[in-house]
Amino acid sequence: MGAQSRSRPLTPDPNILRMPHLHDDEVKRLELIANKLRQHVITSVAQAKSGHQGGPLGMADIFSVLYFHELRHDPKNPMWEERDRLILSNGHICPIRYAAMAEAGYFPVEELMTLRKLGSRLQGHPERAKLPALESTSGPLGEGLAQAVGMAYASKMDGKKWRTYCITGDGEHDEGIMWEAIHFAGKNKLDNLINIVDRNYIQIDGNTEDVMPLDPFEEKYKAFGWHVIGCSGNDIQDVVRALEEAKTLATKPIVIVAHTTPGKGVSYMENNYLWHSQPFKAGEAEKALEELKAEEARITAETH
Amino acid sequence: MLNPQAKLVADPFAADIAQKPTRDGYGLGVIEAAKADPNVVVMCADLTDSTRNMEFKKQFPARFIQAGIHEQFLAAGAAGMAMAGKVPFITSYAMFCPGRSWEQVRTNICLNDANVKIVGSHAGVSVGPDGATHQAIEDIAIVRPIPNITIVSPCDAIEARKATLAGAKMVGPFYLRLAREKTPVFTTEESPFEIGKANVLRDGNDLAIVACGPLVHNALKAAEQLAAEGIQARVINMHTIKPLDEAVLLAAATECGAVVSVEEHQITGGLGGAVAEYLAKSRPTIQEFIGVPNVFGESGEPGELIERFGMGVSHIVAAARRAIERKSK
Repeated sequence: MGAQSRSRPLTPDPNILRMPHLHDDEVKRLELIANKLRQHVITSVAQAKSGHQGGPLGMADIFSVLYFHELRHDPKNPMWEERDRLILSNGHICPIRYAAMAEAGYFPVEELMTLRKLGSRLQGHPERAKLPALESTSGPLGEGLAQAVGMAYASKMDGKKWRTYCITGDGEHDEGIMWEAIHFAGKNKLDNLINIVDRNYIQIDGNTEDVMPLDPFEEKYKAFGWHVIGCSGNDIQDVVRALEEAKTLATKPIVIVAHTTPGKGVSYMENNYLWHSQPFKAGEAEKALEELKAEEARITAETH
Repeated sequence: MLNPQAKLVADPFAADIAQKPTRDGYGLGVIEAAKADPNVVVMCADLTDSTRNMEFKKQFPARFIQAGIHEQFLAAGAAGMAMAGKVPFITSYAMFCPGRSWEQVRTNICLNDANVKIVGSHAGVSVGPDGATHQAIEDIAIVRPIPNITIVSPCDAIEARKATLAGAKMVGPFYLRLAREKTPVFTTEESPFEIGKANVLRDGNDLAIVACGPLVHNALKAAEQLAAEGIQARVINMHTIKPLDEAVLLAAATECGAVVSVEEHQITGGLGGAVAEYLAKSRPTIQEFIGVPNVFGESGEPGELIERFGMGVSHIVAAARRAIERKSK
């Protein structure tokens, strides 16, 4: 089965090899989108009066690259059979996914303000049946990767060309089911599966290495039969580079260990594990938005 | 008298009646289901033979998936496969799936409304010598409160085969409860089977015995003994525990006025509980419960254990007498 997925054409045109290095304009475009997604995270979580900020902000650059550069998808035809599947395993960071889906055109941006409210399609953790192309019902940790592995296996059985992308948290790797899924994927050489790990070293109770050490993290994946690629998860160029490299690899599933800064873009949240999730106090959301708007202006003014 | 519509074997009480485990019926059914639908796949967790999947593996090697001893992955991975268009049958001992993988069953399969078929074998104390650790007698109770899922506990190997085919055809989460031990095959290919439609196997108006799984045979035997005492028991094979056949139950409560529920499961939360919940709100009816009385199982021979935990024919007869006595007061 391993050889099949390698014949999958690169997007958008199999005859044109993509440049591994992004044009500066493209980087700028994706950075501006990431900034916009961060602003949506702040406003939607602030109105919900609960939810997570640190992870979503740290993953904004990766979501910008995925939805606006990498994935083969069609917001106007969300259940397109040949779409790439993106599974969010650490479902609690869904505000960033909702923001990206809204900006991509899956639903109106205003709907983001219904996050976590009664009757909303934007549940506190993702529910597939509620929103087209959400792909899985997950959030209880470890269960998204297991579903992604099942999908990738089924896709290979049928010789499908679509890829399965999964986003997982590092703390999530405490769960036994993660290693069950990693084990199965390694044995079955699921090279149509790319798992992007948000390696931000925080979990609810503190630093991942204090709560339950994960290092040597990369070696664990290697021992289970995976390709391992490292990247700087808040550097658009490097995220794209890692994804391009992932697609050149065969015969093993691929994990991209993306080092990110939790709370990225909001100075008082960065690297502070308390901002994994806590309600905003008066003025905090406004201050965050102020910083993000200043950054937006800086990127816009940037010339190369 | 036996209901001719049930089309049971000529003599369900013959000493030499054929004996087969219900898991064997699944093994035949899943092959038929796979022939009918190319999306049917089987996932095993290192119990291929005892969950009766060897023949499937032989006939459909590319559609047989070894998950390893990873029951949580078995359930969640199957949800992923279902979302990619497969119809996965996930098979293990009921103790481990849905037992160990309960949260994945609940969240990834049922909340997700994934088209996964959970096959839990070795349910009940009749697993025997393996002892309490492996005797799933809480599985119905843990699955029953979950929305979206259908639960079927077939009474013999023939019904298990039909249930497997019906489960493959219906869309949505499905739990098939199977037993390890050989039990009498008393239905026939002609016996009716439809998910959600209970079968009345014996007519009678003095009380109704509502049973599921292989113990339906004990219920029939008990009804014969009661008939000798002049008590006519209606015997209902309630193979589908969820959704319950409320029409058949309401008719039984109305016409018989007393119910005995019979299951190889904890009394708490199983078929008896489902029957009581429905009757309490629709037509409060005297009910006696046959099942495991809030204790764990233990090692022993299957027949010994059924007697030890109060699920033998004599226990059903005694419960029926109690119910009738209560009714007369």
